[in-house]
Order: sequence, then C-alpha cells, then structure tokens
Amino acid sequence: MTPSRTQLFLAYLRIGLTGFGGVNAWARQLLVEKKGWLTDQQYAEALGVGQVLPGPNALNCAINIGTRFHGAAGAALAGIGLFAGPMAVLLGVAALYDRYGQIPLVRAVLTGIAAAAAGMVLGTAIKMAIKLRPTPMLTATGLLALVLALLRVPLPLVLLGLAPLGIWAARRAAR
Amino acid sequence: MSEDGEIGPLVLAFLALSLVSVGGGIAVLPEMHRLVVEQHGWMDSLAFAKRFALAQAAPGPNIMVVGLIGWHVAGATGMFAAMLAMCGPTSLLAYAVARLRQRDLPWLRLVERGLVPIAVGLIAASGLLLAKGTVEEATLALPLAAACTVFVWRSSRSPLWVLVAGALYGALLL
Repeated sequence: MTPSRTQLFLAYLRIGLTGFGGVNAWARQLLVEKKGWLTDQQYAEALGVGQVLPGPNALNCAINIGTRFHGAAGAALAGIGLFAGPMAVLLGVAALYDRYGQIPLVRAVLTGIAAAAAGMVLGTAIKMAIKLRPTPMLTATGLLALVLALLRVPLPLVLLGLAPLGIWAARRAAR
Repeated sequence: MSEDGEIGPLVLAFLALSLVSVGGGIAVLPEMHRLVVEQHGWMDSLAFAKRFALAQAAPGPNIMVVGLIGWHVAGATGMFAAMLAMCGPTSLLAYAVARLRQRDLPWLRLVERGLVPIAVGLIAASGLLLAKGTVEEATLALPLAAACTVFVWRSSRSPLWVLVAGALYGALLL
C-alpha cells in the first residue's frame, strides 16, 4: 500500500511530535503496525541503511522511506515533517528549561521519562529481533554489535568489523 | 551565553561530527561530549548530561540534543545553525543512497540484509546505555525501565502509555 504525499507528511509529523525518547520505536509502530505501509523486514532494512550512513539515523531512515514512496518530494516531506514539530517544541522547552530545570519535581519526572524511554528502545529492539527471525549467524552478528557497542568500541570500527560478517551471513541465508 | 562569534565554530563542530556520526544520535554521544565540553568548553559535563536527558524527554529524534546545545551557545540562531549543520549534508547523502536502493541491485539488498542485525544490536545497546544513565541518577529507575521493556516488547499498544507511566512514576517515587 502506498501513502499519498499528504499522508506521508502527516505520518512523519505525527512521528516527530509523538516521538518521545527517540523516534524509531514510534516510526516502526505507525508505519508497520498501524498503517501497514511497510513490512518489518522493509522497515528494518531502511533503518539499517539509515544507521550505517553518517547523520541522524531517524532522518536518514525517513529520507529512505520518503524516497521509496515519492522520490525527492517524498524525501523532503518526510524529513521536514519529522523535524517541524520537534523544533517548535524544542524552542519552548529550551526557554522553559533555562528557568525551571533545577526544580526537584521537574528533575524526577524527567528521570522517570528517560528510564521509560530506555525501556522502550530496548523493547523495540527485542521485538524487531524476534520478528525478523534471523539465522544463527545473523543473530550472532547482532549480538556481537550489541556487545561491542556496550564495550564502547568506536562505532566506525564496529561497522568495519561486523559488516563483512553480516553480509556473509546474509549471503549464506539467501542460498 | 556567548554571542554570535560562536556560530562559526558551532557550525564547523557539528558538520565534522555529522560526518562521523554513524549509528545515530546516541552512538555519537561520547564524541559530542568531547567536542562540546572538552574541546570548546561550551558547557560542563553535568550541563551536557542534563541537556541530553531533556532532549530524551521532549518529542523528536534523539539528535535534538544538538539543537539544545546550539541554543545554549548562541540562542535560537545557534539552535537552527547547529541542527542544519548536523542534518544538511548527510541528508543529501542519504537521498543519493535511497535513489540507488530503488534500482533494486542484488548486491545492495545483500548488504542491507547483513546490516539489519547490526542495526538491531546497536539499538539494544543504546537502550541499555540509556537505562544505565537513569539508574545511576536513581536506583528505582531500574524496575521502571525493565517493566517498560517488557510492555513494549509484549504489547502493540501505543508507546505513549509507557512515557506517561514513566512521568508519573518519576513524580511519585524518584
């Protein structure tokens, strides 16, 4: 199913504005689960490309998905939609934070939201891993990426080291 | 806050950062910290950590923290300048690759399939690193993060519930 340009823009506007704690979990929920515009595999591939390229991965992913449906116009609509809402909110938030950021209740609420958001990111990763049903070799590649990132190995090194392994595993799986 | 003279260095710093920012906003956090705190001295470590938490709590991509740093350095102009520097050039690259993807090249499909598990592993690592940060701030954040993980994993309800619960839990217990 292909969304119209307006639908695409509105979807990304919504993803940006609802995207607390990072937008990838929300993007997947809306585009795959609610709208059915993409399968889990297609979304994961767009996100994978977005992560490997330099730049904000949510934006790269949006440009990828926008291009898929409506070329250059789609890329621009998805990217602008993604950032329009959050930029407006951020202007207000920055000003408010300068004034009220030190109040204990504000700090406690922010910590609670941050912890919930962390769980959200983790839960989404588990969900994706299960739905993709990877082969053992692909699973091992993913787990290695997890461990190396936790060990704070510089990201370019993680990618250089694991990309060949992942591609090899994908080739074996395709046979 | 500093004056307009800082816009140039701000733009250059985030342009450079954007080009090595493979893996997204959370993954480049240590490098961003090095630039903003150690190299340019725009703010101290604590102020940096708080701005990241704020960007997490506000809606939008994690990279919005760049906007908050820009705001701190040079107000609204700084916010837009920093975000454009961080997002502009890499967007063009992403578009070029997106066009390439549309040709449905077999080797590119294979590369993508191989990268998917790495992407998922990196997302999981980001979640764990973020959870660690909040648990260091308040131990009681741990059961909250764990419960939210299970909720998002097992249910297909809107993740907004998770954040509302997090805000309430924070107000009452943290």
